[in-house]
Amino acid sequence: MAVCLVPGLAMFMLFKLYPTIQVFYKSFYLWTGIGDKPKFIGFKNFVDMFRDDAFLLSLRNTGFLMVIVPVFTLLIALVNASILTRTKLKERGLYRTLFFFPSILSFVVIAILWSFIYHPTLGFLNSGLELTGLGQYAMPWLGDSRTVLWALAVTMIWQAAGYYMVIYMAGIDGISPDLYEAASIDGATPMKQFIHITIPMLWEIIRITIIFSINGVLSISFVIVTIMTAGGPDRHSEVVMTYLYQQAFTNSNFGYAMAIGVFVFAFSVLLSLISNKLTERGSY
Amino acid sequence: MAQIQTSAAFPSPRERRPAKAAVIVRNGLLRILLILQALAVAYPLLWNVMASFKTNEEVMESPWTLPKSLQWDNYVRAFTTAKIGDYMLNSVLVVVLSMIMLILMAVPTAYVLGRMRFRGQKLISNLYMAGLFIGGVYIIVPLFILMNDLHMLDNRFWLSAVYATGTLSFSIYLLTGFMKSIPSDFEEAAMIDGCGYFSTLFRIIMPMVRPGIITMVVFSFFDFWNEYVLAMTLVTSDAKKTIPIGLSNLMQIQQFATDWGSLFAGLVIVLVPTVVIYTLLQKKLTEGLMLGGVKG
Repeated sequence: MAVCLVPGLAMFMLFKLYPTIQVFYKSFYLWTGIGDKPKFIGFKNFVDMFRDDAFLLSLRNTGFLMVIVPVFTLLIALVNASILTRTKLKERGLYRTLFFFPSILSFVVIAILWSFIYHPTLGFLNSGLELTGLGQYAMPWLGDSRTVLWALAVTMIWQAAGYYMVIYMAGIDGISPDLYEAASIDGATPMKQFIHITIPMLWEIIRITIIFSINGVLSISFVIVTIMTAGGPDRHSEVVMTYLYQQAFTNSNFGYAMAIGVFVFAFSVLLSLISNKLTERGSY
Repeated sequence: MAQIQTSAAFPSPRERRPAKAAVIVRNGLLRILLILQALAVAYPLLWNVMASFKTNEEVMESPWTLPKSLQWDNYVRAFTTAKIGDYMLNSVLVVVLSMIMLILMAVPTAYVLGRMRFRGQKLISNLYMAGLFIGGVYIIVPLFILMNDLHMLDNRFWLSAVYATGTLSFSIYLLTGFMKSIPSDFEEAAMIDGCGYFSTLFRIIMPMVRPGIITMVVFSFFDFWNEYVLAMTLVTSDAKKTIPIGLSNLMQIQQFATDWGSLFAGLVIVLVPTVVIYTLLQKKLTEGLMLGGVKG
């Protein structure tokens, strides 16, 4: 029995548990560089964070994405799942296969593709706008501080919507068809059925996916931002994860970077708890 | 056609149905909505494939035209100058190594946690569960320092070990569910027949949880094949880099060298294994999603 457990546990402790403990512990230290000896400074890293404008901006950008992306992703996923399961279109299998596809693509591939979609001269977003006579709306989407976050958000929604759609489709398949039948006999429109049957019956699944999606934004935003904008223009698309990485590996502020890690972890747990509280049954 | 559509949309013949025309209009509108979305998903990928066969001038000219002639040369350059082939070999090596390590760690662990009672079992289960919430970038700094101290950096074996450990929590969580569903008679019979723990595990249990293992392998494949942050940080020499890193380097270079064709060819080369595995295992994947994501 021990033979079964030891390899997994050993690796888990070395590559997961030990680094996690270190993050919490060393976030109280001033530690600048591999050769440097860590010096205990208490909460100073955390205090500094709130005087660091670049960090605060990255936190605000991350917060924006953590709200916008889950809301639209899950809404689109829910509507599509409901259309595909309830209307029984013949070609629904095709849509399901296609819509799920982006969620298994490499983030890197997605990020490179979308940098070209938004490309000011090569990209087909601008070219498409000109073709349809909306040329005056063409702009450098990733180069403008007003549009860059929305542009990144669209990419993230494109990536994730199909994944949650498949989860919701499974959930809807599990709802008893009698409910829908009874409702349509009583004359409820499909829209009413969606609001009064589908959403309440899926509520527990929706709550879980909200939390998944909030946390998913943290990990995908790192890759998307690193490749598509490198935080630009002028830090307007910097997110906490890219800032953490930069502090650690460009500026060698290991202690500070770990403090950011702890803060972001606490922040995402807090958001998950808030979302859990807000979506509790009976509160709506 | 319209008749079939109507009855398909409303399965019960008894129910009060809206006028046929209304249903046709509604389904038509829904179809338009779905087709628009399908285009939004498919066109970027299609465009990528088209661009990979174009010359630089054609790429810059218009994103809506087909290539005038197929520039296979783009693919040749992707392999020769951009060294996509080398990156790909590294990726294959890392994926295979990670997968072997993952299976060797996850299956026995899930077996013990799912089918035996002992002191500390709850603790170990909870430890792995907690691991579900600790993702890549949070711990990358101490992980980097640890591996630097132990001289594990720039080493494809240890990168694989980190990958395998990364998906260990989810895999154990997934497999334990499968393990619990096997009736214990099977093992008892095996034990009585003189099978030891290990032969029971390999000859009786593994075949029975095969669907779970396949699900785990499929999910992990995409994780390993696509991973970016760890590969970027833990591997420093160019000769050992995996394909996501190779691609993002290529992207940086092509901004200035403007050889778009070979960049797009590179992207297509990376997409091919993903597409093949997806089409082969699509059902497994979406089923697995339901097992792990909803019913678990």
